[in-house]
Amino acid sequence: MAMQTTTAPGPAPAGGPERKPVPPRKQGISALLHRSPRLRLAGLLTAPAAWLILVYIAALAALLITALWTVDTFTGKVSTTWTFDNIRTVLTTSVYQVITLRTIYIAVAVTVIDMVIALPIAFFIAKVATARWQKLLVIAVLMPLWASYLVKAYAWRNVLAEGGLLEWLGRPIGLDSPGYSETAVILTLAYIWLPYMILPIHAGFERVPNSMLEASGDLGAKPWTTMRLVMLPILVPSIIAGTIFTFSLSLGDYITAQIVGGTTQMLGTVVYANVGAANNLPLAAAVSLIPIVIIMIYLFVVRRTGALNNL
Amino acid sequence: MATRNKPYWAISAVAVAALALTSCGTAQGGGSGETAAAGGEVKTEIGASEGKLSILAWPGYVEDGSNDPKVDWVTPFEEQTQCQVEFKPFGTSDEAVTLMRTGQYDVISASGDASLRLIAGGDVDPVNTDLLENYKDVYPFLKDKAWNTVDGVNYGMPHGWGANLLMYRADKVEPAPTSWSAVFDDAEQNSGKVTAYDSPIYIADAALYLMKHNPELGIKNPYALDQEQLDAAVELLKKQREHVGEYWSDVVKEVQSFASGSSVVGTTWQVGANIAKADGTKVETVLPEEGATGWSDTWMVGSQSKNKNCAYMWLDYIASPEANAAVAEYFGESPANPKACELTEDKGHCETYHSGDEEYASQIWYWTTPVENCVDGRTDVKCTDYSEWTKAWTEIKG
Repeated sequence: MAMQTTTAPGPAPAGGPERKPVPPRKQGISALLHRSPRLRLAGLLTAPAAWLILVYIAALAALLITALWTVDTFTGKVSTTWTFDNIRTVLTTSVYQVITLRTIYIAVAVTVIDMVIALPIAFFIAKVATARWQKLLVIAVLMPLWASYLVKAYAWRNVLAEGGLLEWLGRPIGLDSPGYSETAVILTLAYIWLPYMILPIHAGFERVPNSMLEASGDLGAKPWTTMRLVMLPILVPSIIAGTIFTFSLSLGDYITAQIVGGTTQMLGTVVYANVGAANNLPLAAAVSLIPIVIIMIYLFVVRRTGALNNL
Repeated sequence: MATRNKPYWAISAVAVAALALTSCGTAQGGGSGETAAAGGEVKTEIGASEGKLSILAWPGYVEDGSNDPKVDWVTPFEEQTQCQVEFKPFGTSDEAVTLMRTGQYDVISASGDASLRLIAGGDVDPVNTDLLENYKDVYPFLKDKAWNTVDGVNYGMPHGWGANLLMYRADKVEPAPTSWSAVFDDAEQNSGKVTAYDSPIYIADAALYLMKHNPELGIKNPYALDQEQLDAAVELLKKQREHVGEYWSDVVKEVQSFASGSSVVGTTWQVGANIAKADGTKVETVLPEEGATGWSDTWMVGSQSKNKNCAYMWLDYIASPEANAAVAEYFGESPANPKACELTEDKGHCETYHSGDEEYASQIWYWTTPVENCVDGRTDVKCTDYSEWTKAWTEIKG
């Protein structure tokens, strides 16, 4: 906008000889912006900064504050008396510790499974497949993202059910379906989040120049050695970027746990129960601080690897 | 949000039709309907239609044909009363309570686990049932109950009810269970295939069982548990949890589990059993010897409502035989008005849902919000309230 107004000619003065060409006002603003880089920067950053502060940080702060309030149990209204009761309850009651550990375990398991599956797939797409196949395979990886999360979770519910596909497939080799359980949650989440792991790793493999692999081979490295010493170090940030997705998404999940989890409770289902059923927003807020803290710690640990640049 | 707007009905529409519904108005004195509003006074007369009505209800209770052209009992109401209906559905009783607090809604279909909270919070008005022509037809066992009447003051029009039954796979559970012990003390026999309703209110089911089997605990009402009684129920549920394969909160999901055999015994609603049977699953339901928990819904009038005449017209209309039959059949519940039974499309509807069976209904403990002031009338102890039940429920599931 500013660029346009500077070049736009002002209305032609009606020929008064003494009249000096006065620059239109808008031109003044752009000139001002041109002279003052600080003002320019402020203009550019105001909108995103407002977004960050108002929508993101303020929402988080509101959450923290809500966790310090209580609910009037008679009327169900939130009363704004300050108390650490909720946070104390969440930290000291053993059931929340068990649920936290279980949720972390599920998130880690999902992440590891996705990593193990994604590495060879991403390698094949980026380095082995022909250009035409690469495109098709990337589309194939993206395809599940087009289907609704719920449809996928319910499809897994059918697969895992007694007499379902998994039991039918496993019977000849003596394997049982896990039924609705913690294992079922891990399997389903690993399926649903897999694309989020493949894509960053695929991008990482693309960044490894082929010439480097050839040089490694020329210098006598076997394929496995090349993989270990040349590719993996370059890939680490991409893999960590993928783990941030799968880990944090699993940590907050509650839908899959409800659909295929049987009796499994995760942090997300506890939050859901307290918001939806009990109307106890403060306790729900206190519980939801757990995954926030966990993921913050994780981000803090991995920030030096450069993974955050790969998100 | 399902909003309805038909601008050709002017808000100032004539109220002639409205008078047709007020024939039974036992108006004492000349109190105009409008003055009844503020202090929660009881209305003495239904006046002219205000032209609009804002309804907060369970999905399926207010159908105007937009979901299914054949299902429409709102349009006839609008035509009769000139009250333009706006409808907002809610998903849970807690959501209902929160929404009702905004004061934007004229009437609400409250289940027993919401109604007491609404009354306590002053969000709903007492209702003068004398003004409601269809009230006299409603089954007597639904009137003047703890969830719709407080201190002798009536708060609404009963609408429909249902029980939380025991369902089992007839081909897999032998012998056929007749007691809740099938899911508690004898749950072991079907370990891993027991199912239970996933809500803190399910604690009442355990309390009901203890009421009959451990009388020394002194439970008189499964919704009035002091700390000791709650602990006993929690312990029972923790023991049950080892054998539970899945907790259900969505009846369709539950039916699916029974169909595949992942669940073979547990709680259900009659509507779930009907779906399962229609799908060819060999299930049977039973009202166990201990009785059961259940739900009974009441239409209530918002205390801040500006359209109280329309609100009363709706309360009367929804319990009329035609409307009650349509709703009960569409939603899958027992109607409150026995005259509705002759008008259902499926003539066996009322039989399936045990509508007029007072003995059956008397064995049901309808959902009631557990509050600190024990609903069984005890004053020497403090009862555990719903938020404590929720915490306990989290603990039970582990």
